[in-house]
Amino acid sequence: MPRITLIEHNGTEHTIDAKNGDSVMTTAIRNMVPGIDADCGGACSCGTCHVFVDPAWVDKVGEAGPFEEPMLDLNPERAQNSRLSCQIDISDELDGLVVRLPEFQF
Amino acid sequence: METVVSKHTSRSLVGRDPWTIPLEEIDLAHPGIWQANEYLPFLARLRRDEPVHYCANSAVGPYWSVTRYQDIMTMEAAPHIFSSEPTIGIVDVLPQYTLPMFIAMDPPKHDDQRKTVQGVVAPQNLKNLEGLIRQRVITILESLPQGATFNWVDLVSRELTTQMLATLFDFPFEERHKLTYWSDVATAIPGAGLVNSYEESFEILKECLAYFMRLWQERAAREPGNDLISMLAHGEATRNMPPMEFLGNLVLLIVGGNDTTRNSITGGVLALNENPQEYQKLRENPALIPSMVSEIVRWQTPLAYMRRTAKVDTELGGKKIKAGDKLLMWYASANQDEEAIERPGEFIIDRPRVRQHLSFGTGIHRCMGNRLAEMQLRVLWEEILPRFEKIEVMGEPTRIYSSFVKGYTELPVRIIPR
Repeated sequence: MPRITLIEHNGTEHTIDAKNGDSVMTTAIRNMVPGIDADCGGACSCGTCHVFVDPAWVDKVGEAGPFEEPMLDLNPERAQNSRLSCQIDISDELDGLVVRLPEFQF
Repeated sequence: METVVSKHTSRSLVGRDPWTIPLEEIDLAHPGIWQANEYLPFLARLRRDEPVHYCANSAVGPYWSVTRYQDIMTMEAAPHIFSSEPTIGIVDVLPQYTLPMFIAMDPPKHDDQRKTVQGVVAPQNLKNLEGLIRQRVITILESLPQGATFNWVDLVSRELTTQMLATLFDFPFEERHKLTYWSDVATAIPGAGLVNSYEESFEILKECLAYFMRLWQERAAREPGNDLISMLAHGEATRNMPPMEFLGNLVLLIVGGNDTTRNSITGGVLALNENPQEYQKLRENPALIPSMVSEIVRWQTPLAYMRRTAKVDTELGGKKIKAGDKLLMWYASANQDEEAIERPGEFIIDRPRVRQHLSFGTGIHRCMGNRLAEMQLRVLWEEILPRFEKIEVMGEPTRIYSSFVKGYTELPVRIIPR
């Protein structure tokens, strides 16, 4: 079972078990990690599950998709390693993944 | 107000039985049922019987009503099919009276313009503003009449949102009521009391433009600041904006930050009074305020719909939509959709997944000021709870005659001190 780590803006780390096929967002919500709102419930249409992927994992996680890109692009905090966590699917490949949470969702 | 109601009574659905009326007679865009607060069962009827519904005969011309949460999600995810141009209200105003604004633009222009102004309502900036907002909330609350019945809309909802806008624009504080006036003019239905024609509205808004042009020139000559005018005057995508486009964006920001929050501030007091057990829950546990704020915004749904226009022939909910057809996405209905939200008819301040509502819309046009709205409501209730045992509603609210802006002109209340 893959394990992933989410780091809150204040530095608090949450290392949690994840299931293949779930998204990082649903995994975080299920484990009550604060800092992810996911207002649209995972439809890639609100931008409130924004995370920064640890630089070491950017290649494995991959780039934002065509629907995700416009949502990310409207976020003033958007960075090179920004992703919407509802669009990152857990797989064995991502065992050990580290993402950081922004101070605020927008 | 009353004169307009009578003007339209022949077509109003007020008093009709929502469950037996022929479907083709349902005209949700008619303001009558909204002002009379009778709209909910008509929405429920359409969700059940014809969730994508064509109204061929309406004073505002033919249009589709989309009433289910999931169908609206589908539309919002497809701006290339369901365009926000030329406008997001049901009425196609003559082009010479139509203001260009990014809420009514498609990508890429929408994205460029929105990106330029959104920093001002980004959470980082809001954090800096919170202290000032709290001070202003406290001043307003501490000046409220004791022991007397007063209109909550005037003394709190309008005043607070007006002060907020003045802060965001760094607008001359003593002249702040001009902002509210322009906002009211911009959304007024001609003949409903404030203005008599779109032409007249437009003339008044030109005064607004002249005023803001002065501020613009002032700010453009100075170093970039954190207020909206300065951001527009210095922003790469906006600094050469034609005057009418500047006016359009101003009106958008004024209206967006005004009516909507104002009506949620009023709606919250009303909802808590209609649901005393929830008010009690809140008093016992003020930590529920953020969750309650989301529930208030869902419950109020300050904008009942947004319009889209089909760019191409397409299909939605099994219906054939033609290029050029108007579609109204009824957020007020999506927020009551049992298939998306559990017990949607109930006001529950600690409901699960409380943020999953469509009051802010969704997709690329999702409300830019959503965090500001939530912050204002949160700070307001954080300051109300320690001061007042209850804000008691003393009579029926007076609702706005509009199927677009869901709100109130009056809510009589009195304060029960702690």
